[in-house]
Amino acid sequence: MGKTLFEKIWESHLVVEKQNDPSLIYIDRHLVHEVTSPQAFDGLRMNNRKVRRPDLTIATMDHNVPTTDRSLPILDQTSSVQIQTLEKNCKDFGIKLFDINSPNQGIVHVIGPQLGITLPGTTIVCGDSHTSTHGAFGALALGIGTSDVEHVLASQTMWLEKPKPFEIRVEGKRKNPHAVTAKDIVLSIIKNIGTGGGTGTVIEYRGQGITDLSMEQRMTICNMSIEAGARAGLIAPDEKTFDYLRGREYTPKNYESLVDFWKDNLKTDSDAKFEKQFTLHIDDIAPQVSWGTNPGMTCDVTESVPSPDEFSKGDSNQKKGAEKALDYMDLKPGMAIEDIKIDRVFIGSCTNARLEDLIEASKVIKGHKVSPSVNAMVVPGSQMVKKQAEEMGLDKIFIDANFEWREAGCSMCLGMNPDILSPGERCASTSNRNFEGRQGTGGRTHLVSPVMAAAAAIEGHFVDVRKMDLS
Amino acid sequence: MESFKPVSSIVTPLDKVNVDTDQIVPKQFLKLVQKSGFGKFLFFNWRYDENENEKSDFVLNDPKYENSNILVAGDNFGCGSSREHAVWALLDYGFSVIIAPSFADIFYSNCFKNGVLPITLDQELVEKLQQENGAIKIDLENQIIKTPSEEITFDIDSYKKKILLEGLDDIAQTFQYKDKITEFEKESKVPSVL
Repeated sequence: MGKTLFEKIWESHLVVEKQNDPSLIYIDRHLVHEVTSPQAFDGLRMNNRKVRRPDLTIATMDHNVPTTDRSLPILDQTSSVQIQTLEKNCKDFGIKLFDINSPNQGIVHVIGPQLGITLPGTTIVCGDSHTSTHGAFGALALGIGTSDVEHVLASQTMWLEKPKPFEIRVEGKRKNPHAVTAKDIVLSIIKNIGTGGGTGTVIEYRGQGITDLSMEQRMTICNMSIEAGARAGLIAPDEKTFDYLRGREYTPKNYESLVDFWKDNLKTDSDAKFEKQFTLHIDDIAPQVSWGTNPGMTCDVTESVPSPDEFSKGDSNQKKGAEKALDYMDLKPGMAIEDIKIDRVFIGSCTNARLEDLIEASKVIKGHKVSPSVNAMVVPGSQMVKKQAEEMGLDKIFIDANFEWREAGCSMCLGMNPDILSPGERCASTSNRNFEGRQGTGGRTHLVSPVMAAAAAIEGHFVDVRKMDLS
Repeated sequence: MESFKPVSSIVTPLDKVNVDTDQIVPKQFLKLVQKSGFGKFLFFNWRYDENENEKSDFVLNDPKYENSNILVAGDNFGCGSSREHAVWALLDYGFSVIIAPSFADIFYSNCFKNGVLPITLDQELVEKLQQENGAIKIDLENQIIKTPSEEITFDIDSYKKKILLEGLDDIAQTFQYKDKITEFEKESKVPSVL
């Protein structure tokens, strides 16, 4: 019987294989950031251990960094300590760090691909659940906890139970690909399979709806695999993948011979078997807006907020969850999504802050002003994205429309830096999680695509971006 | 890591599904650079109001559960962020056993690295345990939960059970395979980053 892409990568990384128990797999790339690593480095020190492969390890600071003027000192003392701790740890253990002043600084999942560090067929880990992003290149990319960060630093391996392969087919063609985006595809998937639908699996996204996407759009899809509970998400590499990585700063010297190898080896065999299957048809899908407090609580922009009964389909626990979510979000069943007024707009995060996201959002913004009742900001995913956008004049389009134009970082996706919502504020956000308090205690998050966020910024409430001219 | 000892206590029922790690420890507390002292931040936004007064309607603030070491929660517990701080907070607060119908993968894995036992049980049994007022006993060795009225068996991966019972250092275990790791590296086609 044939093998899935996931199984091929798994088998080629087995150091110790055990049946029914976790196996030891080799890790090709380890990405490190300031929040989930300090305790791991401490553990190494306490046990007098070193980093086994500093040459396979790269660090940056993204979660805590301010997105305002970088020449000013960091006011939050605890953030500052965490950032200095990473600097010291990288120096002590010989790890390459893109620090706050580096032109390569940015969200770890944006810079990995951009620098050519992310490669097809590799295993990649990071102490961050959105590591799944790198799966867009046909890598097995896993988010891990701090103990595993320490384990990988020490041994360049980790113990993992073999996840089950899950095929998600995305079939058809979007009628308006500028208005209905990769974000809408992945939110539709999560809405259907639920936030636990992918637990214990590695999703492989397949079908024309996926191969049609650019690399940056594929990253948006794989990024949110974790929101469906999956261990990882991946997409088989093709010419788009190989073109994207060619000639980047850290692309390997023997790249073309690697490409030849990948072409022959990195695809699911026609007779391979998946343990789970789901198909989404995208011909007629609408832009998506989340209404609740997890990404599965999402509906079409043309719909109304569902009642807990409609949402839960008879499951009493889900019903209770929906009641609580509506209470937290201060929404009533039956309210049209387009009537929901917003206070803030955040275009950013490892889900949607790449160059293409900013280009698409700028098309909506151009020639308009942000609604007077809305405070809107753009936080590019990396300093490199920021520079490229500025070379194209996108910053001027956003600034002219009264958007704030910031430095790169995770920013208001999780509000570990000063970029947070105030209690009760409602935000149209291009990030990945609408959990209670995620963007600030008492803040209310609606997940949308960059073009939907841009349209909401102008109108002051959600609108169906398909009605706007995006040509 | 300390070895896992049998636990006997009343259960704290947390009647919620999809409890994410942002709720278990909100992000403002992730800036610490050590592992200790996270218990006071556990479920912070559910436990305290905006003036940091205890909310009387949240289960952890009910004095009845003050000494409980067993949390019984709904489906998909620990979803979202990979932050291990969630497990550190639960353990520091006093919970060394979490029972739920299902767990998110990364959270589940993080538990075993810190001596916390996550037990997966059928929805029906979880709901029954949430109603249990008496002390229950968790016997990992024999994989049994003893309630005042019955014995419930549970499944657990044998390797993970061993790690907990013996309090093994994961990395020391792995170092037994150093030769295999070196051998793998010799064969690997993946180039260094730098």
